[in-house]
Amino acid sequence: MNPHPDLTSGVLHGLGWYYLILFVMNLLWTVRSFKVDGEFKKSTPILGGMPVATVWAVLTSILLMLSAAHFTGGSSPEKFMIRLPEWFKNPVDAYFANPVIYFAGSVGLYWAMIRFREWWVQDTVAYTMLQLSLIFMGLSLSDYDFRQIVGKPDNVPIVAMLFIVSFLTWIYFKRAVDNDNRIAQGRPLFEQENNEKVLVWPDLVYIELICMVVLTAVLVFWGIALEAPLEEPASSVKTPNPSKAPWYFLGLQEMLVYFDPWLAGVVLPGIILGGLIAVPYIDFNKGGNGYYSFKERSFAISTFLFGFFPLWIALIVLGTFLRGPNWNFYGIYELWDVHKVVAANNVNLSEFFWNSPLFSWMYGGLPKGDSFMGSPTLTLLLRESPGILLTLGYFALLPPLLGLTVLRKYFVKMGILRFLVFSNLALWMAVLPIKMLLRWAFSLKYIVGIPEWFFNI
Amino acid sequence: MSVGDYIRNSQIWKSVFRHPAPTDRRNRVVVMLTNFFLHLHPVSIKQQGIALSYTWCMGGITFFLFLVEALTGVLLMFYYRPTLEWAFYDIQALRDVQTLGIMREIHRWGAHAMVITVWLHMYRVFLTGSYKPPREFNWVIGVLLLVLTLLLSFTGYLLPWDQLAIWAITVGSNMARAHPFLGGEGPGFQLLNMGGYDLITNASDAKFMLLGGRFVGEATLNRFYILHCVAIPVVVSGLIAIHFWRVRKDGGISQPL
Ligand code: HEM
Repeated sequence: MNPHPDLTSGVLHGLGWYYLILFVMNLLWTVRSFKVDGEFKKSTPILGGMPVATVWAVLTSILLMLSAAHFTGGSSPEKFMIRLPEWFKNPVDAYFANPVIYFAGSVGLYWAMIRFREWWVQDTVAYTMLQLSLIFMGLSLSDYDFRQIVGKPDNVPIVAMLFIVSFLTWIYFKRAVDNDNRIAQGRPLFEQENNEKVLVWPDLVYIELICMVVLTAVLVFWGIALEAPLEEPASSVKTPNPSKAPWYFLGLQEMLVYFDPWLAGVVLPGIILGGLIAVPYIDFNKGGNGYYSFKERSFAISTFLFGFFPLWIALIVLGTFLRGPNWNFYGIYELWDVHKVVAANNVNLSEFFWNSPLFSWMYGGLPKGDSFMGSPTLTLLLRESPGILLTLGYFALLPPLLGLTVLRKYFVKMGILRFLVFSNLALWMAVLPIKMLLRWAFSLKYIVGIPEWFFNI
Repeated sequence: MSVGDYIRNSQIWKSVFRHPAPTDRRNRVVVMLTNFFLHLHPVSIKQQGIALSYTWCMGGITFFLFLVEALTGVLLMFYYRPTLEWAFYDIQALRDVQTLGIMREIHRWGAHAMVITVWLHMYRVFLTGSYKPPREFNWVIGVLLLVLTLLLSFTGYLLPWDQLAIWAITVGSNMARAHPFLGGEGPGFQLLNMGGYDLITNASDAKFMLLGGRFVGEATLNRFYILHCVAIPVVVSGLIAIHFWRVRKDGGISQPL
């Protein structure tokens, strides 16, 4: 079978509907733009006096033509022209098929989201980004491998989640920027205006009723449109490759690349939950309670967003869409080739240390057997002592050190116990990015590696 | 007298609803106080507390999805037998033969949706600072609900007994094997021994307890079925009740002072 079967008429019709929906969306937006952005008055110099709505009108008509082309092109799909060219797909794959760039990119996006919040909360900017991502989706759907992975029924909710999370994050920043400005100008908060008491019947019960009706409709429609997956009957001999955990645990499964199961599967999830539970007890900041704001709680919000976006959502997306056979990294347009080989030659910290010129001269390389005081246990400990000391120092020395220097302000306000809990949680949160960086930069496998005791860090 | 009035004035109707139709202010208050389902709510509420742009309605949606899951789940239980012999084929029949097979779709998509909405609810609560005093403890209950929601979804994943199911659960439960001290391949398990015999082996460790065996098998199916259909839902229902009660006792939905 051709590994890249081409477009089928079914796909083209589906895309026809997709662009038709985009067309309707943009038609409405053009009308709105004509009303809101002004007809000819507020035009930008680039447009030479034309209303901004012209741009949207052009996009709208292109979308209509795209839609029509897809509906009519369905009869001979193999000749259909509108598809992503290879010169676009290949570099994108080269870019995505790389966890380093992917992670750096998600951190960069996170940073930009906060840094440029005042810019992107504007309606037109946000809407433009939405349209760009939708058109990118549409074009990408003309690729077979992209369809295979994004179109899998179990993965559809994740795509939907990405759009919903982005939308709600936009609402948050819009409201927060607004409130930050209000506070700066000494005006009442948005939440303080229009905050009269109303009766629950009818004001709330009708919202609830409508919500329930809409949700039921969505679920029924979703159930009809997408069949729940059912694969072959379970067999304990045929191991699928890749074997993936349910999608909401793929962030944890991704951590398995960098940590052993006892850390990635037990300790880190435990710390995440413990950390979440501890949140209300370590956040001593009284501000920003009961309204959207950023400036009043910039540290808390930035930390939470860092955990939520680069460390959770982005890792789920990575695990779902970009991890293929043998847990290798695959580009979004790349075939999941079982035979793809990725060289992995990782080294433990102890090897770096004892094989370094100085210590191999002093000690003659890695301590082996019972060469140290005739005891295998002590030899093991000696071999791993650099990593053990580093780890102990990280968790035991850094908190007081930070408390006395950079984070002194927090230390004073929090008191010792609260500060120790807080700083340890923060250090745990940094553990994953640190290990990732070490792996990528130095091919470091374990900081402490005692496989004899199943104790690897 | 119209038919509607006739019904509303009948003894039967009045025995069920303890108040006249909520068309005027007084009865709109009375309805909230006398109806069992509505008494979850206060009588009146601040506008911001019900503004969609403030709460995103995510807690409410999560609750609604939980109810949908309970309803469709009970319907599925009428068909589904949790045994190696039948589990897979019952699900297959739901897909291909049974009239109300769409219940399985709704149940599965509803479960995905619930995981997403519970995250978004937490996200909203964090962004509005609603976990701050006096609502700290309700946040803690919330975190427990979050874990249980994920576990509900996880235990349900095994029940179709197809390739997707057992391997996802195998990957997930391998973590239990690596539990420090309590897992047969976890750091420190050798420390738990008596007279030279390991207490923790692969036939007595955390993974074994979870799976009821060394591998995902019939005992696992049974355990996950009970967890999924009885144990976790009961606990979640209780916690949701406390969660809602606390929302009211902590002064309603958060808002600026
Ligand atoms: C099964 C899961 C859950 C259900 C059904 C649920 C339901 C609700 C509902 C209906 C509300 C009323 C306000 C709203 O809709 O936003 C609420 C409020 C609240 N929830 Fe949840 N929730 C769940 C999980 C969580 C989680 C995971 C957290 C946090 C970790 C949480 C923390 C809170 C807090 C602190 C409030 C008070 C918010 C305020 O006053 O603004 N809940 N919950």
